[in-house]
Amino acid sequence: MSVYLARRLLFLPVVAAGITLLIFGLLQLLSPASRAMLFVERPEQATAIAAVIRKYGLDQPMYVQYWHWLDNLLHGDLGYSQSARMPVIEAIRTFFPATLELGVYAFVSIVSVGLWLGTLAAVNKDGAVDNVSRIFAITGYSLPVFVWGVLLLFIFYGQLNWFPPERLSLQATLFVQSPEFRPYTGLMTVDALLNGTWWVFWDAVRHLVLPVVTLTYFLTAILVRITRASMLEVLGQEYVRTARAKGVAESVVIARHARRNALIPTITLGGSILVGLLSGVVITETIFNYPGIGRWGANAAIQLDVPAVAGFALLVAVITVLANLGADLLYCYVDPRIRYG
Amino acid sequence: MRPRAIRKNPLMAAPATAAPPERRRPSIVWTVFSRPVALTAASVIAAFVLLAVSAPLLAPSRTGRDPYVIPTVGFEMAPHPPSAGHPFGTTEDQFDLYYGIVWGTRTVFKVTLSVIGASVLIGLVLGSLAGYSGGLVDEAVMRFTDVFLAFPGLVLAVVIVALLGKGLDKVILAIAAVNWPTYARLMRGEILTIKGHDFVTAARTMGASDLRIIVRHVVPNAFFPFFVYGSLDMGNVVITSAALSFLGLGTEIGYADWGQLIALSRRWILGSPGHGFQFWYTIIYPAMAITLFVLAWNILGDAIRDVLDPRTRGGREARGGRRHV
Repeated sequence: MSVYLARRLLFLPVVAAGITLLIFGLLQLLSPASRAMLFVERPEQATAIAAVIRKYGLDQPMYVQYWHWLDNLLHGDLGYSQSARMPVIEAIRTFFPATLELGVYAFVSIVSVGLWLGTLAAVNKDGAVDNVSRIFAITGYSLPVFVWGVLLLFIFYGQLNWFPPERLSLQATLFVQSPEFRPYTGLMTVDALLNGTWWVFWDAVRHLVLPVVTLTYFLTAILVRITRASMLEVLGQEYVRTARAKGVAESVVIARHARRNALIPTITLGGSILVGLLSGVVITETIFNYPGIGRWGANAAIQLDVPAVAGFALLVAVITVLANLGADLLYCYVDPRIRYG
Repeated sequence: MRPRAIRKNPLMAAPATAAPPERRRPSIVWTVFSRPVALTAASVIAAFVLLAVSAPLLAPSRTGRDPYVIPTVGFEMAPHPPSAGHPFGTTEDQFDLYYGIVWGTRTVFKVTLSVIGASVLIGLVLGSLAGYSGGLVDEAVMRFTDVFLAFPGLVLAVVIVALLGKGLDKVILAIAAVNWPTYARLMRGEILTIKGHDFVTAARTMGASDLRIIVRHVVPNAFFPFFVYGSLDMGNVVITSAALSFLGLGTEIGYADWGQLIALSRRWILGSPGHGFQFWYTIIYPAMAITLFVLAWNILGDAIRDVLDPRTRGGREARGGRRHV
């Protein structure tokens, strides 16, 4: 365990360096002139591109440039995001809480539905519930997210007007930005409760419903199948038979004896689902016009806002690497039988 | 019903020579297609292949034009419902939906086959290099793969297309760049298992070179998992490329591509006040094409995997974390 941990931590800087090299390498696909635009914050500067190229050494050898870039990076200077009209680091601070909020709600929903349906499918193997969950799963990974999202928007916003897109209604947005409202966490639902404004809370919840439902549908499908598979494996083991023979109630056998042990593969998958949710759900946020980092990144890419794209990619990579490390360690902790060489 | 009986009781249906069940290699195709669901899926794929091949007959392009550019009629912006000349109607900017879907079938095969071909090739080379050499080379190649795996698939593809510009070739390049690491890992794993077998040692004692051992002995044995994974990956690649188009980072405007047709329908999806379903055709046809294609490949891929290796049930789920949402 400690050897594994040491090895993982040792390789962390190697992978981190690789990530920065990859992003830097991709940026080199652009001409020096376009890269010079990364440093332009005001339109009048654009006339002096040649000066900017010289000032930032964009005509210098690659390794010198990489070093400069890395130096800026480590000082938190990621450039200026044209599409968001603020520095990249500021944009991340603005948009990440929205993604975090959506991610947390979606994660809770995915895990509860996934475990519940997976257990149900395993207990009723080849029964009606199992077949429904099988169809649910295969359509879940065959239907493109944007088709489903657009359909939901069409029904629940276009036809019924129950759940609107974006994060808050105009009225609530104005109120939230006013000095009367104190932002504590950046998570709108939590802040609304802390401020004691129920109507803002409701407004935020209404806006979260469709993206959460969309994410739940797509990501639960996988979780249901894997929970079912590992439940079936555990239910076939001797100690489960022993527990049943002793006369332990079936619900206790399932919840206490079987499911706890069946959770192990689910944890790894849960970890990677959480990573996916936090690193920006690009399409879902774009469909529902939800102002998180995914939509910001996609918009930046379309508008060729290079510093934002680079910053977005970097943020996502950092989240992924750290969260994967976390999931692996959790995995070791939950199942001490696992030993990594 | 017959094949099921074979599976359950090999002795009953075994030929007179009483060959052990695992030697029934030729029956794999038969076993896959004896499942009605898999057979339906395969027919759907065959229909798509036919559609792609006969695109010039079904939707003839005007001579002298790039057939992949959807013809437009007039300059009006709002979509037009299906009519005599346009069986599926026209979408935003008067692009013909029927033409787009028929020629889009070719695009979808181009993208999937090139991406998976490239991934298999890179995966084979890097995976066997890492698995066979071991030691420092293995470590270096695997950390290199880790760097690519640190980006959830769509993010890196978005970055690459944003920097390279739009176009089908760039889309293919971008998706291939994010798709290969899984293949390399798969290949490495296979090589590590195969390397220890006696026939590899035997080849080495007979003086076979490393390259010969890899090409003649290791790769052919590692190929089945690749085949299975590739068929399971088809749907995934289609969805990724359509997602890029949907975000506006795919093919050029007007290129026959299903994802783009869906992107074009975005503005019309809510209809006009009082007529919610007014523009239903802009989304329904392209959405049906994508969903059918992906569904068919997923079902077929699952069936092939179940038949080839029943132990790996759940293998798809394990890689589910890279689903693009």
